[in-house]
Amino acid sequence: MTETFYEVMRRQGITRRSFLKFCSLTAASLGLGPTFAPQIAHAMETKPRIPVLWLHGLECTCCSESFIRSAHPLAKDVILSMISLDYDDTIMAAAGHQAEAIIDETIEKYDGNYILACEGNPPLNQEGMSCIIAGKPYLEQLKHAADHCKAIISWGSCASWGCVQAARPNPTQATPIHKVPGLAPKPIIKVPGCPPIAEVMTAVITYILTFERFPELDRQGRPKMFYSQRIHDKCYRRPHFDAGQFVEAFDDEGARKGYCLYKMGCKGPTTYNACSTVRWNGGLSFPIQSGHPCFGCSEDGFWDKGSFYDRLTDIHGFGIEADADKIGGTAAAVVGVAAAAHAGLSAVKRARQKGGES
Amino acid sequence: MTTMQTPNGFNLDTSGQRVVVDPVTRIEGHMRCEVNVDENNIIRNAVSTGTMWRGLEVILKGRDPRDAWAFTQRICGVCTGTHALTSVRAVEDALGIDIPENANSIRNIMQLSLQVHDHLVHFYHLHALDWVNPVNALKADPKATSELQQSVSPHHPKSSPGYFRDVQNRLKKFVESGQLGPFKNGYWTNPAYLLPPEADLMAVTHYLEALDFQKEIMTTRTIFGGKDIHPNWLVGGVPCAINIDGPLAAGAPVNMDRLNYVSGVIDRTLEFVKNVYIPDLFAIAQFYKGWLYGGGLSGQSVLAYGDIPDRANDYSAGNLLMPRGAIINGNLKEVHEVDHRDPEQIQEFVPHSWYAYPDEAKGLHPWDGITEPNYALGPNLVGTSTNIQQIDESAKYSWIKAPRWRGHAMEVGPLARYVVGYAQGHEYFTEQINRTLKTLDVPVDALFSTLGRTAARALECEWAAEMQRYFMDKLIANIKAGDTATANVEKFDPKTWPSEVKGVGFTEAPRGALAHWIRIKDTKIDNYQCVVPTTWNGSPRDNEGNIGAFEASLMNTKMERPEEPVEILRTLHSFDPCLACSTHVMGPDGEEMAEIKVR
Repeated sequence: MTETFYEVMRRQGITRRSFLKFCSLTAASLGLGPTFAPQIAHAMETKPRIPVLWLHGLECTCCSESFIRSAHPLAKDVILSMISLDYDDTIMAAAGHQAEAIIDETIEKYDGNYILACEGNPPLNQEGMSCIIAGKPYLEQLKHAADHCKAIISWGSCASWGCVQAARPNPTQATPIHKVPGLAPKPIIKVPGCPPIAEVMTAVITYILTFERFPELDRQGRPKMFYSQRIHDKCYRRPHFDAGQFVEAFDDEGARKGYCLYKMGCKGPTTYNACSTVRWNGGLSFPIQSGHPCFGCSEDGFWDKGSFYDRLTDIHGFGIEADADKIGGTAAAVVGVAAAAHAGLSAVKRARQKGGES
Repeated sequence: MTTMQTPNGFNLDTSGQRVVVDPVTRIEGHMRCEVNVDENNIIRNAVSTGTMWRGLEVILKGRDPRDAWAFTQRICGVCTGTHALTSVRAVEDALGIDIPENANSIRNIMQLSLQVHDHLVHFYHLHALDWVNPVNALKADPKATSELQQSVSPHHPKSSPGYFRDVQNRLKKFVESGQLGPFKNGYWTNPAYLLPPEADLMAVTHYLEALDFQKEIMTTRTIFGGKDIHPNWLVGGVPCAINIDGPLAAGAPVNMDRLNYVSGVIDRTLEFVKNVYIPDLFAIAQFYKGWLYGGGLSGQSVLAYGDIPDRANDYSAGNLLMPRGAIINGNLKEVHEVDHRDPEQIQEFVPHSWYAYPDEAKGLHPWDGITEPNYALGPNLVGTSTNIQQIDESAKYSWIKAPRWRGHAMEVGPLARYVVGYAQGHEYFTEQINRTLKTLDVPVDALFSTLGRTAARALECEWAAEMQRYFMDKLIANIKAGDTATANVEKFDPKTWPSEVKGVGFTEAPRGALAHWIRIKDTKIDNYQCVVPTTWNGSPRDNEGNIGAFEASLMNTKMERPEEPVEILRTLHSFDPCLACSTHVMGPDGEEMAEIKVR
């Protein structure tokens, strides 16, 4: 017998009123508008909980920590009422072979019907043994779970791009999920950020469960609903940028007035994320609001684009109407980077792969 | 040879049944543990293996030292921020940068909020299931649970029978659905679980309440650092400028509204810790106070660096509100001073770690550290290099190095800090310890146990929650006195730096003593070394054969059912292991991994 979200939520003491409120909040957080609330409610009333295997490779667990900070919906309600989090070695009660048995039990029972959530990435050097699970390379566990899953969520910048352990010279050859050799060709949704915003994580899950499909993705595999605009486009300090009012040094008069942090190295103009719109921790703040330049933690290869305090040199020439696909990688020609002369994604990528100077 | 005595006094016997736990779950990162049990299921040999490795230190080489905090912060997302703070302190030490008082207060509030958050989440979401049986909670009488709640914590508002009945119903239906999620395949029939159903129900209820509440604790860091996880830090101070009543204050990082928000969070946090966490600790501990395994090194060798400078820029022991010192050979009458710069004090050894030194009989001080990887497995390995069934601890067996203080394996963490504080007569700690011993009616030796470690963490959480208020008041008083400075940027420009400098920064991370050593040459990082809490606690054997804190703590523990590692998890979790921290290291020449050898 499979139960729907609604049945589960009702059984667990959530009133219909709270349930509907939750649905409208979800609709709002997805940017869908109030007319979608009944559709979400209908979906939740008729669909079963989906099993999730949440695997951890080389990472720092910041994605999990972010996830539990979700304000709407609460992480508790996601775990108890929306998904069946059958494997997550950070919180699961079982250990050792009792833990590992769950992977095969899930495959047996839900072959092709569970979500594989990846936090971190596998190393390919050292025969994969710089990340060992149950005496074997993590790579094996990942590939095995991927073979039988319905789809993959790449949580955070590690799974999406490689992140810090893949910064040059990437000693373990840490490899983002979509580039893992021999991985089953499953749909992959990237939710980059170090970590991603909690409410973005839970909204992605909620969207998939509600509409039984992935949200529309950009050509890099990120949900357009959260990653189609640069932080700069919706930054509350944008008027100061336009007016030429800049912070010139930390704690100067401009810093105290909330002027634009562009001259302090802000990567908001080249970073696609929802920080300036959804903001962090229930909409409380985001890095720029708290006085530090954005350093672009949701962008591919952001660790290797020069110092965080180096100023972007080429950000003119695009308006807020352009989206990630149109701009491509206009990005990141950074002071001090050899690639300054060749802006554009391919050039930046080449520079990164060669380990351009920082 | 199946039996031997280690120099630090543990009798190892490898003749009995080998039990393997891999992965050890409910920790940060990846870890493996193997033990031998005798015919009475008592652990007679313990082997702890760090099973991940990322190479952060080599990645840091050649980078801008002002960026190092962000890289090292990504060593760990659970103790997020503590590496960043350690890093900015190391850079400031190297360059001789003093930070403003407000920056010190704000950093302390951020660091303390981490202590509170980390300890609370560890207790409820990583550790509780070692002591609390959610399935047993189904048998509880909600009315009796309500009475229990009101007796252990009369001020906690959520205590009615109806409340507990609702939670129990929610739990019941969750269990009956057959989709047990994180509780799946737990050890719920194991006789090691001792709580009556009402205590189980109360604790499970608080597992959920704490999951809801924890997200609020660190919002202080969202205000000051812009986001949590991984808030922003700054060499020279903090990035959040203060503007209370000037033009455009509403858009400033710190203004009156923001201060009020932080203040409210600090009050609610203290209330939750006092009304929920501390009473739960005592309620649960009452039923386990006979389970006094797991002391390991805590009664003999403990180390604390100290942290939370009262006044800015003074890192001497007298100015640190968290105690500093080393105790060896169980002599609490003598607390040794710790010097991070002394090449004879802190050294790392690698004969049992997957790294190579030119001379592995010697240790190296972190400023001169070498970290050349060498993944070699011993002759008694069962399995292959990519399918380890049984590891050979006579050879190299872990991605964790073996740090030693004057040659001694040391335990670090909340218990170590409390033992050092107790030995030094730290007033607040001593009062807490005495209250705890009295409430539980146990002798002082009971501290040196798994339970003592778990209790010290809770007591420290209470202390940290109080200290947040102290520094918030201090921040407000300083602003009131007219000082709104948050950053010293005199030396922010690398052009102002000397060509060659070195520095060390230290903190007390939630899991224990943490330090970073940096060398800066021509404005870039020349060498960066971190020795982190789980490197100390999770250390493998050293050149002399001394076992580390995890291994020592498992010795002589009786297992109810060796195939169900409840007792192993209980004791390992009491350290709150953080494996991503401990195994980040990587040598300067390590671009290519050494060939895998099976001797």
